Amino acid sequence: MATRKTIRVDYLARVEGEGALDLHIADGKVTEARLNIFEPPRFFEGFLPGRSYTELPDIVARICGICPIAYQMGAVHAVENAFGVTVGGQLRALRRLIYCGEWIESHALHVVMLHAPDFLGYPDAIRMAAEHGEVVKNGLFLKKTGNEILRILGGREIHPVNVRAGGFYHAPTRADLAPLAEMLKRSRDIAVDVVRWTAGFPFPDFTQDYEFVALRHPDEYPFNEGRLVSSRGLDIDIAEYENEFEERHVAHSTALHSVLKKRGAYLVGPLARYALNFDRLPASIQALAREAGLGPVCADPFRSITVRGIELVYACEEALRIIADYDPPSGGSVAVEPRAGTGYGCTEAPRGICWHRYDFEADGVIRAARIVPPTSQNQPSIEADLKGVAQALVDAPDDVIRGRCEQAIRNYDPCISCSTHFLKLRVHRA
Amino acid sequence: MSERRRPRLAVWKFASCDGCQLSLLDCEDELLDFVGAVEIANFPEASSAISEGPYDLSLVEGSITTAHDAERIRMVRAQSKFLVTIGACATAGGVQALRNFGDVKDFIATVYASPEYINTLATSTPIAAHVKVDFELRGCPINKLQLIEVVSAHLAGRVPQVANHSVCIECKRRGTVCVMMQGIPCLGPVTHAGCGALCPSYRRGCYGCYGPMETPNTAALAREWKALGAAPRDVQRAFRSFNAVAEAFQKEGDAQGPFREGTVHGRAADGN
Repeated sequence: MATRKTIRVDYLARVEGEGALDLHIADGKVTEARLNIFEPPRFFEGFLPGRSYTELPDIVARICGICPIAYQMGAVHAVENAFGVTVGGQLRALRRLIYCGEWIESHALHVVMLHAPDFLGYPDAIRMAAEHGEVVKNGLFLKKTGNEILRILGGREIHPVNVRAGGFYHAPTRADLAPLAEMLKRSRDIAVDVVRWTAGFPFPDFTQDYEFVALRHPDEYPFNEGRLVSSRGLDIDIAEYENEFEERHVAHSTALHSVLKKRGAYLVGPLARYALNFDRLPASIQALAREAGLGPVCADPFRSITVRGIELVYACEEALRIIADYDPPSGGSVAVEPRAGTGYGCTEAPRGICWHRYDFEADGVIRAARIVPPTSQNQPSIEADLKGVAQALVDAPDDVIRGRCEQAIRNYDPCISCSTHFLKLRVHRA
Repeated sequence: MSERRRPRLAVWKFASCDGCQLSLLDCEDELLDFVGAVEIANFPEASSAISEGPYDLSLVEGSITTAHDAERIRMVRAQSKFLVTIGACATAGGVQALRNFGDVKDFIATVYASPEYINTLATSTPIAAHVKVDFELRGCPINKLQLIEVVSAHLAGRVPQVANHSVCIECKRRGTVCVMMQGIPCLGPVTHAGCGALCPSYRRGCYGCYGPMETPNTAALAREWKALGAAPRDVQRAFRSFNAVAEAFQKEGDAQGPFREGTVHGRAADGN
């Protein structure tokens, strides 16, 4: 007789936004793992037409309170791409700096406050602090450092006000940035400790054969610019994204799944960036990664926590370098004159590539908008991981399977309020 | 030794970007003291330890955009001694309330291939349109220091000290030169204080993310904007952003003409 059970996790904690998971098991085999999203749609792509390019960075920031810079940067690069504007020199460096702030703030939050408790058996960082007080305090300092970059350069931590097409409304002075350097030096050391600390966590034996997708730049570990490459030979301009990728409105589910047209599921985010850009990291950080047991490619999603730690070290060092070299520009932005056309932007959000396309009227009014957030791109890979993780524990009690699956979802730091595409699910059962 | 029972705090999310509840975790210096003073009884974004109500204080983020959420907010209210809304979505419908000025069916068709799967209301509405709210904290996002003040005040049984004057007063306090005087349109004269007059300090006009102040003179400001060269649609866009269905902003936006959001110069938008 077939034995069949359904495990349901109704409310997924420590994930920004709301999600739920359905797992179907029949005869000792996991037949389906489905991640469901409770996020009501907010229709950004629906109401952006008719708005002006000047409002775009402020509006798209509201897609996500955890990674507003990712949306602002994708938007301003797309505007500049459409209008034939190039932002270089110190303004470009300041954009990297503010992105460092977002990576530090977001990764520190995820690694220390949201993900580490899974590995050490606590329900949250607050209870973890009772026995790991120093680590939590240091993690909060690291997070504060990232937020301080956002505050000084952007005006505030959440929905910064200073980003515009062409650069910034107001460029900081050297004195404005000086206090950040001291915080960043301490944070860099904390981040190194985070790498070593997380490297010693108990990891399940689990790897996946992912197709990694990330930006790749000739000289830098990528933030705002580069070609879109993959571990299976993809190498395209970001404007060609829609030729290679598509979002499928999956039957019986209401979440859009983003796939490579030719090969299906793929992975974006820290593991992908790291695997495709290991040679762009400074030698000292490569050595730290090796010391932490990471090769130049890491295909274990649970070890993404350590890879985020590596990116924390990189972001601290890169921010320090930018601040040391900073020579204030004469103005906060370069001139932007609207014209009719289409523009593309693709940047590395903490959770992976965030792709934008906008069509503009001659006066800069938006005619059409398309935004592909990172979490919808990882959705098929998350489900594949869940199936694998659950299969390995198929005879374990439900609570054990449930706990490990929640941890596997949190490997992705899924930012479910990237709600351009996440919807409430209706379950259909036979 | 008997310990006084710590007040039980719950944090709820509706349609939103998560930024306002993130403000709580952004109180890096105060967080560990804060969580020592209250029992975090329900805060799924931060903890998987979730306990049943009733709760002494519920912080509610997000607006109501689905029939399910309209039911859920009643359940939250029933379990909460105090209910405080945090941010522009919960207090004024949020940016997603731009659907209220368009046709949600068009929006669905623009974004999704199979519209029949989509289950949503035609409007985005603030929490107070559904249940009694004890205090509304404004801002997109909220100011984290104001959040701490509001929580502390409710737990101490006093009225939160949150100023309700305009952003102009904040500019004068920090000594920022008026940007309107430099020819930059600004919503500061009609916008509720709380951000600390950030935008003018970065040499741009306020874009109204804290919503209307008490008794704002929006008509006079709209005239000033037009004197600076703004078209009626520019004025309308300014009032229709993150607090578009706050009464004073909605009225002034509507007064600029019958424009339907989601359309391009009055034409239907392209699909994707």
